[in-house]
Amino acid sequence: MSPVGSATSTAFRNDKGDEKGAGGRGKGTGEGEGAVLKIEGLSTEYPNDKGQIIKAAQDVSFTVAEGRLFTLLGPSGCGKTTTLRSIAGLERPRTGEISVNDRVVYSSSTGVFVSPNRRGFGMVFQSYAIWPHMNVFQNAAFPLEVGGRGYSRKKIRENVMRVLSAVQLDHLAEREATKLSGGQQQRLALARALVMEPALLLLDEPLSNLDAKLREKMRFELKRLQRELKITTVYVTHDQSEALALSHEIAVMNEGRIQQIGSPRDIYERPLNQFVADFVGTSNFIEGTVLRRESTTDGSCDVVRTEIGDVTVSAVQELHPDERVALSVRPEDVELSEARPEGGNVWEGHVEQKIFLGEAIDFRVKVGTRTLLSRRHPTLRTKVGEPIFVQLNPQKCVALKVA
Amino acid sequence: MIGACVAFTVYIAVIPLGFLLWQSFRTPQTAATAAVFTLGNYAAAYGSADTWRLFGTSIQFAFGASLFAFVLGTTLAWMNERTNTPFKSIFFALSLIPLVIPSILFTVAWILLASPQIGIVNLVLQGWFGLTEAPFDIYSLGGMIWVDGLHYSPMAFLLMSAAFRAMDPSLEESATMSGASIFQVAWRVTLRLTWPAIFATILILFVRSIESFEVPALLGLPVGIEVFTSSIYQAVHRYPSQVGLASAYAVALLAITTAGVYFVSRLSSRGSKYATMTGKGFRPRQIDLGRWRWFTAAVFVVYFVLIVVLPFAVLLWSSFQRFYSVPSMEALRNLTLDPYRFIFTYPDLGRTVWNSFVLSFGSATIVMLVTSVICWIVVKTRLPGRWLLDNIASLPMVFPGLVLGLSIMIFYLNVDVGVYGTIWIMFIAYITRFMPYGLRYNTTSMLQIHKELEESAAMSGASWFTAFRRIILPLLKPGLLAGWIYVMIVSIRELSTSILLYSPDTQVVSIVIWQLWENGQYVELSALGVLFITTLFVLVLVARWLGNKYGIQE
Repeated sequence: MSPVGSATSTAFRNDKGDEKGAGGRGKGTGEGEGAVLKIEGLSTEYPNDKGQIIKAAQDVSFTVAEGRLFTLLGPSGCGKTTTLRSIAGLERPRTGEISVNDRVVYSSSTGVFVSPNRRGFGMVFQSYAIWPHMNVFQNAAFPLEVGGRGYSRKKIRENVMRVLSAVQLDHLAEREATKLSGGQQQRLALARALVMEPALLLLDEPLSNLDAKLREKMRFELKRLQRELKITTVYVTHDQSEALALSHEIAVMNEGRIQQIGSPRDIYERPLNQFVADFVGTSNFIEGTVLRRESTTDGSCDVVRTEIGDVTVSAVQELHPDERVALSVRPEDVELSEARPEGGNVWEGHVEQKIFLGEAIDFRVKVGTRTLLSRRHPTLRTKVGEPIFVQLNPQKCVALKVA
Repeated sequence: MIGACVAFTVYIAVIPLGFLLWQSFRTPQTAATAAVFTLGNYAAAYGSADTWRLFGTSIQFAFGASLFAFVLGTTLAWMNERTNTPFKSIFFALSLIPLVIPSILFTVAWILLASPQIGIVNLVLQGWFGLTEAPFDIYSLGGMIWVDGLHYSPMAFLLMSAAFRAMDPSLEESATMSGASIFQVAWRVTLRLTWPAIFATILILFVRSIESFEVPALLGLPVGIEVFTSSIYQAVHRYPSQVGLASAYAVALLAITTAGVYFVSRLSSRGSKYATMTGKGFRPRQIDLGRWRWFTAAVFVVYFVLIVVLPFAVLLWSSFQRFYSVPSMEALRNLTLDPYRFIFTYPDLGRTVWNSFVLSFGSATIVMLVTSVICWIVVKTRLPGRWLLDNIASLPMVFPGLVLGLSIMIFYLNVDVGVYGTIWIMFIAYITRFMPYGLRYNTTSMLQIHKELEESAAMSGASWFTAFRRIILPLLKPGLLAGWIYVMIVSIRELSTSILLYSPDTQVVSIVIWQLWENGQYVELSALGVLFITTLFVLVLVARWLGNKYGIQE
């Protein structure tokens, strides 16, 4: 949640809230030729312990193109894991259709449900699910031994060693699986998922059990492997920085619905609604009313009347006068200077609080009745209580409709 | 596979109960008249004042025995877990030994020790103090409570040790830091937190005591003290046998045990409220007893003497006698191996031992395999009605052994599928009786298996059966082995169910002990008892060794 925004995302939720999800539902760039995974109108529900019906995923549709890494991003309980498990076949959705390489693995209309062991997808689980009673080699060899694939012993050995060396575990092949470190277990889980050369790789928060340093390292490792092997991947995470770092494409989910699908840059810079802006990164939200549209040299822009004053924002969406909007401004886009800067969108405020983070400083600046969060380089040393000028670049202010 | 296991469970657990109820409303069937519907059994059973006396005696006996076992077990558990009594780690290991002594042998041993006529303790005390009357009379309600309570005290000890061990000491420490005295901590924190465990333990002991058969039969019947179990046995063994009356008694007993088991399960499901007690890995603070620790050590020694040394010693002594006699120099000169010779030449000894072995081995194996599937369904799936399956598989828990024997007897007498009088009927009875235990052991293990371990097998392309065989069963091994050993031991010493189902061809060792007792062949019984206990003990040692080798955590 935004630390300074007076408007939290709940303030925006109203009876039309459902439309936002539907409006935000994109088709993704993978549509058409080369789409490996197609999901159409997927909905899941199940009774919880008290017998109430929980709607886990509602009307989820997207496609993933060959060789792409597609991320389902959202807070816990948003339905991302349910969606992934439905693709895997570990859960049975209520309605919808899932097909991979034009093979339908689930369809509510025709009653098709292919059991998970016949789908041939690789999956890495959050807990890694390394079998403790087998060693490294046996763990990785299991997928080739079962399911009647009929590989020879020699062929199994070859394939397993190849995939183990791809994840740099070949020298540990005979080690007990329980003696591996967290990072090694993670790589073994990946090797086991890859060994049968699956049509689709499913990753369920694979990095969440690692400590911060290792997570960073494995993030690069995972990206390198995925890009090299060009394996179509669906990735589930609640960590927005992970999603931004790894993905070709991200679907942000909330309360069972996809809010927005887009490239990492799209999602971060042009969020479609307040939830996305708030969940992906941190944002200042300033509520206001559209006054008028003006034409400038760079194109047209809107003037929005807010509690800090009139703000000029560049027009991205179609806005009409008197419409209620929320301006989303990233902390790193809130410029601060001790001297009054050139140009418009400038207000004077004073520093309320500073938090030193090492590579940056978070300033809380009071402008009128509002507090804005700004992330600056530590070279800015304005003291608490001193006056400071705030400038907002119209290009970086995103006006979101309050539906 | 799954369906077969479910069907098997339902068949085995539900059918006998239905027949028991049905039979309790029928008149006895004779050659001349067919059985008809009647309420007469209930009228006979509950109309007379005798029954209410029976009810009163049963409650008195069960309450006394469970309370005695509880107090004894809790004191020992507290001393073992929370004090610095010396040598207590040895004691904990020794505390498992009483579990291998079958109830019937324990009872017989105490008769040899404390019977007014032949009891060694009585005769010795009379000799020392010149008493004219025996100080102890084992053939009394007090004697029954003493023997049964002593026999179940190891169970109370284990249950309460677990409760003491599971409690987070920081809860007590924070009370101390708040300024509470030791007494206040004990009363307002320790006791309140262990209350569910205390209550559950007493209830379990109560249920066990009210369904125990050996003690009331051996100690109560000769002097006319009857409880439900011994009355059921008598009703069946009367001529003509009054199965309907026995069923009516059994239904009452069943009602009591069902209520008890129901409350225990209610207690443990409410246990989440006390979830603070689930942590592990901490060392509870121990109270320094100072000099008193030698006293508590002495208590341990006395207890161990009472529960293991004396009973086993008296059996060992009498097993070397030609006729039963009190230890004396003269008797020492007459030591003989005759009783052992008798046992080894006992007709059909080989077959009897083989029956015992095959029955316990077979039922332990089947029970563990079937319950592993049942438990998988209950723990790992979201199948509707799985809670019902869990309850059905646990249903035999409420059956006292004798009642279960009775129900199965009635069922296969009426439904002739050719198992009555064969070893199969006992096999079925054992499986039914010990299924809940298998389920318990498997559930504990199954809960520790992360669901993703199995899902990743499915994602690797393994079918359900492959995943179950190659992932679930190996991971379940600790619980599977521990449960298998347990079921093996309890079924090898099983008496109260077998006693209604055996035929001359299908005798088991515990039945032979019973027959020797009825014939008054005490020395021969002792010899067989010594051999039996030794074998069980070796079996347990081997099992523990196997367990350590294959990684069972105690």
